[in-house]
Amino acid sequence: MARLGRVVLVRLAGSLPVLLIVLVGVFVLLDSAGGDAVDAYLLSMGGGDAQMAAELRARYGLDGSVLNRLLFTLGQYARGDLGWSIALNRPIGPVIAERLPNTLWLMGSATALSFLLGSALGVLAGRRPGSVLDRVLSGGSLFLYSIPSFWLGLVLAVVFAVQLRWLPVSGIETIASGKAGLARAADIARHLVLPVAALGMIYLALFLRIMRSGMAEAWGQDFTLAARARGLPDWRITLNHAARNALLPLVTMLGLQSAAMLGGSVVIESVFAIPGFGRLAQEAVAGRDAPLLLAVILTSALMVVIANLLVDLAYGWLDPRVGSGAGHD
Amino acid sequence: MTRPFLRRPEALLGGAILLALILIAGLAPLIAPGDPLAIAGRPLIPPFTDAGLPLGTDRLGRDLLAELIHGARTSVAVGLSAALVAVFAGMTVGTAAGFAGGAIEAALMRIVDAFQIVPGFLLALAFVSVMGPSLWVVVLAIALGAWTGPARLARARVLSLRESDFVAAAKVMGMSPAEIAFRQIMPLALPPVLAVASVIVAAAVLTEAALSFLGLGDPNSVTWGAMIAEGRNQLRSAAYLSIIPGIALVLTVISTYLVGEALTDSLTGRDKR
Repeated sequence: MARLGRVVLVRLAGSLPVLLIVLVGVFVLLDSAGGDAVDAYLLSMGGGDAQMAAELRARYGLDGSVLNRLLFTLGQYARGDLGWSIALNRPIGPVIAERLPNTLWLMGSATALSFLLGSALGVLAGRRPGSVLDRVLSGGSLFLYSIPSFWLGLVLAVVFAVQLRWLPVSGIETIASGKAGLARAADIARHLVLPVAALGMIYLALFLRIMRSGMAEAWGQDFTLAARARGLPDWRITLNHAARNALLPLVTMLGLQSAAMLGGSVVIESVFAIPGFGRLAQEAVAGRDAPLLLAVILTSALMVVIANLLVDLAYGWLDPRVGSGAGHD
Repeated sequence: MTRPFLRRPEALLGGAILLALILIAGLAPLIAPGDPLAIAGRPLIPPFTDAGLPLGTDRLGRDLLAELIHGARTSVAVGLSAALVAVFAGMTVGTAAGFAGGAIEAALMRIVDAFQIVPGFLLALAFVSVMGPSLWVVVLAIALGAWTGPARLARARVLSLRESDFVAAAKVMGMSPAEIAFRQIMPLALPPVLAVASVIVAAAVLTEAALSFLGLGDPNSVTWGAMIAEGRNQLRSAAYLSIIPGIALVLTVISTYLVGEALTDSLTGRDKR
């Protein structure tokens, strides 16, 4: 366990330079925008005098040269302070802590669902490459893979929420329902069904395709032939040998796709009005709130780093040949 | 057994759709002359009820078919340009990194890493919000999130080519390192990148649609994403407004994949069993 902890720490420390590049790069990009959050704020207040604007800029580190502002922000981050959102008139840290769980639920459920269903269907398709079942599943997955998730979300909402009225149209839970405990969890789960389906479908298709091609490749290799020669039953060769081997590229893909999935949840949250992380990014854009947008982008980068770390640890556990130093020796 | 491209039914189907789409996009001003955003009839005519307006009209009475045709123009233009920019930028950075080696390579690859851990869509969102929405900004915004794949592929290929005899020969001939890297090696690093080009184009089309769906597309061009977004207000009464442009998007993306997959398979000799 101590060893695992050290691996995690070393890896996180190793990603600090890259996170710093992200921080500086995104800061410079956002800083080059004409008009800052103080302008937007004064506009929303119906105007203000130059002295007030100058005072606000000094308070939020928005005055001086680019370098000054960058150093101000770097200092803040080093102290673990994400700064102040002028658009929301609140400190940014708590806002992110509030919104993150909704997005994590959405992404976590979509990942779990697409991974489980996608790999199971991929095993079915790859069991006999070229069979009717394979053709149907492969063709279907290519079709699913081509559907824009936000549009799929709208179509699902029209069918299941507007026409059939089985599920709620939007939100993360019924407002002021007074529900608590399990009743509240069930309410949130009902709200998550459509967004999770919309977000996860494209990944289900992707995982199916990767699993299928991994399986198809395994049949031509010596280890499946050897298993067959030992007289193992067909289902055991499929599950314990071919599928287990084909799972590895799938796990790699899980890490690679985590950034794309976060991006996808921005649009899905907008479709279903889920007060999550992606919506926060949009609110930051609308309010010209550069510190908020910077914090959102940096937190997502950190989440992607963590997702990739988890994937690497899982990889070391699944494949004993990989000496990631975690979980083994 | 490798079948030639034209013997594949799925490739023919995809190619036919894609060709039709490119023709429609290129000839949009001829097929649907006039301003697609002009009012053409009564508002909210359902599809297939009026021979003059086959797909009906939207909330403002604009011809849905004309909008769809002009939207194809935006989708194709933005998708292809963004993919082109991404491939060119990625190839250049990847080749430079792989050929230079050492500190330059390390620095360039850290930048690639940085771009890869930021969700491309968030970056595009930030870029458009800073630069203001126009077609070229959208193209660059999409390319920002798409160039790292080609960069990695090109670098890997260049690393394996760097020690070849022809590179040594070029050195002996007195070519400058930049000339060797970009004129001798880079063209050879193109095939693995081209193999994923269709995926890049398809992803660019989808990203453009998502950006304009969120209202961050070019406000002066018709886009399928913006059409879907506008139809959202009539989801209960006139769902076709959102559904029709979505079908166009799906057809575009799926035909791109079909053609790309078939091309890669016949070029590399790989075939489905």
